[in-house]
Amino acid sequence: MSRVALRVLLDQLVTGLIILCIMAAAIPVVILLLFVVIKGLPGITAPGFFTDLPHPIGVPGGGVFNAIVGTLVVVGIASLLAVPIGTLIGIFLSEFGRNRVGYAVRFVSDVLTGLPSIAFGIFGYTVLVATLGHFSAISASAALAVLMLPLILRATETALVLVPNSLREGGLALGAARWRVTLQIIVPAALGGIVTGALLAMARAAGETAPLLFTTLGNEFLQLNPGRPMGTLALTVFKNALVPYSSLQDQAWAAALLLVLIVSVTNILARVYVRRVQR
Amino acid sequence: MSQGTAETVVPVPPVMLRHRRHRVDGDRIFQCLAISAGILVLAIAAIFLLALFVPALPAIREFGLGFLASRDWNPVSLRFGALPFLYGTVITSLVAMVIAFPIGIGAALFLADDARLPFIRVPLSFAIELLAGIPSVVVGLWGLFILVPLMRTSVEPFLSHTFGFLPFFQGPYSGSSYLTAGVVLAIMVLPILVALSRDVIRAVPRSLREASLALGATKAELTWSVILPYARIGVTGAVLLALGRALGETIAVTMVIGNRPGISGSLFAQGYTLPSVLANEFTEATGKIYQGALFELGLVLVSITIAVNVLARLLVWRFKGASEASVV
Amino acid sequence: MQTEVTPPPVFESDPEIKLDARHIDFFYGDFQALDDVSLAVQDRKITALIGPSGCGKTTFLRIFNRMHDLVPSARVTGEVFLAGHNILEANTDVIQLRRQVGMLFQRANPFPKSIFDNVAYGPRMLGWPRQRIEATVEECLKDTGLWEEVKDRLKRSALNLSGGQQQRLCLARALAVKPDVILMDEPASALDPIATLRIEELMQELKRRYTIVIVTHNMQQASRVSDFTAFMLMNRQRAGELVEFGATDDIFNRPKDSRTEDYITGRFG
Repeated sequence: MSRVALRVLLDQLVTGLIILCIMAAAIPVVILLLFVVIKGLPGITAPGFFTDLPHPIGVPGGGVFNAIVGTLVVVGIASLLAVPIGTLIGIFLSEFGRNRVGYAVRFVSDVLTGLPSIAFGIFGYTVLVATLGHFSAISASAALAVLMLPLILRATETALVLVPNSLREGGLALGAARWRVTLQIIVPAALGGIVTGALLAMARAAGETAPLLFTTLGNEFLQLNPGRPMGTLALTVFKNALVPYSSLQDQAWAAALLLVLIVSVTNILARVYVRRVQR
Repeated sequence: MSQGTAETVVPVPPVMLRHRRHRVDGDRIFQCLAISAGILVLAIAAIFLLALFVPALPAIREFGLGFLASRDWNPVSLRFGALPFLYGTVITSLVAMVIAFPIGIGAALFLADDARLPFIRVPLSFAIELLAGIPSVVVGLWGLFILVPLMRTSVEPFLSHTFGFLPFFQGPYSGSSYLTAGVVLAIMVLPILVALSRDVIRAVPRSLREASLALGATKAELTWSVILPYARIGVTGAVLLALGRALGETIAVTMVIGNRPGISGSLFAQGYTLPSVLANEFTEATGKIYQGALFELGLVLVSITIAVNVLARLLVWRFKGASEASVV
Repeated sequence: MQTEVTPPPVFESDPEIKLDARHIDFFYGDFQALDDVSLAVQDRKITALIGPSGCGKTTFLRIFNRMHDLVPSARVTGEVFLAGHNILEANTDVIQLRRQVGMLFQRANPFPKSIFDNVAYGPRMLGWPRQRIEATVEECLKDTGLWEEVKDRLKRSALNLSGGQQQRLCLARALAVKPDVILMDEPASALDPIATLRIEELMQELKRRYTIVIVTHNMQQASRVSDFTAFMLMNRQRAGELVEFGATDDIFNRPKDSRTEDYITGRFG
């Protein structure tokens, strides 16, 4: 075979390999979702899934109402903490972040995003469980808030930096003070990116399990007091998966399907929202 | 256009010599709030580290550095060591990277190349992004009920028969193993590896690419001799970031690894990782030493991941040359 | 008409002269961008700054509303008098200055808000009552010839307007805070000829009430539109200097400096 033909053959081989790779990369999610849907559909369509509390072991039926409420409460409180603070810090970073404090904050924030999620559980435990003497949903919210903070912070800063400088100049040339230009012109212009960042962080928090293991512990019953342990959907999936009762395992699949739906829809909505706002 | 005369009454200029502090300076307040916010973040990070470190002190004092090399894990006699968990963490992450790296680079090459099948690129890219959003407990659920039986009945027997001469494919298998955990981890780190590598490869200047192609190189040769060498540093950074993610992954691994503290040369064996032992035993630990040992494990885990992450960031920052590397 | 490059010093502000720049040197770090430029801008006339690109016209223009403050490495020496006060002094109220000296940029930069909110931004900031704000918005949109075109869609986004409309909107926005001076940095360079013509017509109407300083690299525009023209060039040290300044008619028909003549007749630039 001539040298050129050999090279072309090699090229085609490599192209084939690359296509194999991308297929291999894209297939897992399809398989995952297929199984979750197939195994979770019976459970999620069963009557009472959304409205009932879990039944005792051995008793068929039941639902995850407590877990749904728990997820909303835990993630809700965490968001109330992380979103305003994270957004403000992001705004400040984009305005005044060219100094040493700014670089330190960005560095710390990047390191925090790479930490194992269980470390946030340890943080929540030491700070709020050991001190208060009991497990609570609040401690989980605190752990999740610290987990969400760097994500929101960086997303906000990135969104603000993307706003063209001409807008800033236009505002300043009208005689507006710097803080006014930032808050009234730049931030509204970047709102799409900021909201997206917040939504993505919330979706991430909703799916977390490890930070909750020793902060909120979980609860089989409906609990509305954030000072007490609460269950969440992710915890339900985890616990039910490890129990050798098929009815509970089926509930785990159903809860997993619900969780995947919530998280995926939020993710998709967030990305669509950006594209719509950036008309 | 004659010169004006000095006796003309000039209206009071609105641009007065007004001192900056005459009215409340919103900008000053803004700046103060900014610094405070920055300090708040640093304070949270400091508390975070302290929250991990302080409770670990009893164990650190008790075991010293030998902790890292000890294979003991006995809550009754209070003898603890980190080695089995270190081993498990490292092995599973290595297996994950060995699987994910070639697939990830190949996928990244596909996605970074604008010329390849544009209609398929978007859904494929979307699929990988979607994978990133799937909670680890769901992946673990699938791993436990689908992958583990599959490994036990098909994959591991196959590997044992065909590659049994290799030491790590020997021994009994049950489905829950370092290998299974490695596969699950590979699935979890694939999105971040692909996304970062794709950005890095995209950053290779067009002029280099075009010059190479204009000389008559095939795409494969272009990739091998131009793109990959240029992107070497950035890709290494991406790999390290993915590795950092793999090291810290807790839930999915816990559900498929068998949770047995021990060290085995076989990939089919059940094992334990640092995050998994924390997840399983934290709430049951009693006494300062036992708890302290677990906290110390947490400290070891966090230290390793911070080190890997910092190294990765340094590499990625150096490659991108920017002071604001975007976070994935 | 007497034309002097450096007007004689006056203590009391000469009511004919609105902006009086004296011996301006401008530095970006170590690089000198302007070398001893002095210029007296006449009240309620249009003064054009022309010259090849890079000669410092825009740099000089932006001194008048202290926009150079935004660049950390920028340094200015010299004085610029507005109503008897040197605006380059540290204790100048820059916010107030920028209200009085408005600016129109090369590319239209409307805020991503509604048409109404764009024009109303300044008045709202100043705390005017709602009636006054609405009246001002209408007035300014009429002054820029936009009112008829947008009066039915004031609440719609400003980004939906054409390039020429956006630029006129930015002008209306600048007028809404009642300035005395309007600085224009090549305002029509991104516009088509028809839109450009409209801007030029507007300038002729506006100069009855406002002092206008315009930077343009379009000589024909300068000769059409302005009353006074300043010709700037980059000297051998790559710093901008003022070569000649005078009534537009004089500059274009009877230039005193050979370099002016060369530029005007198109021998370079």
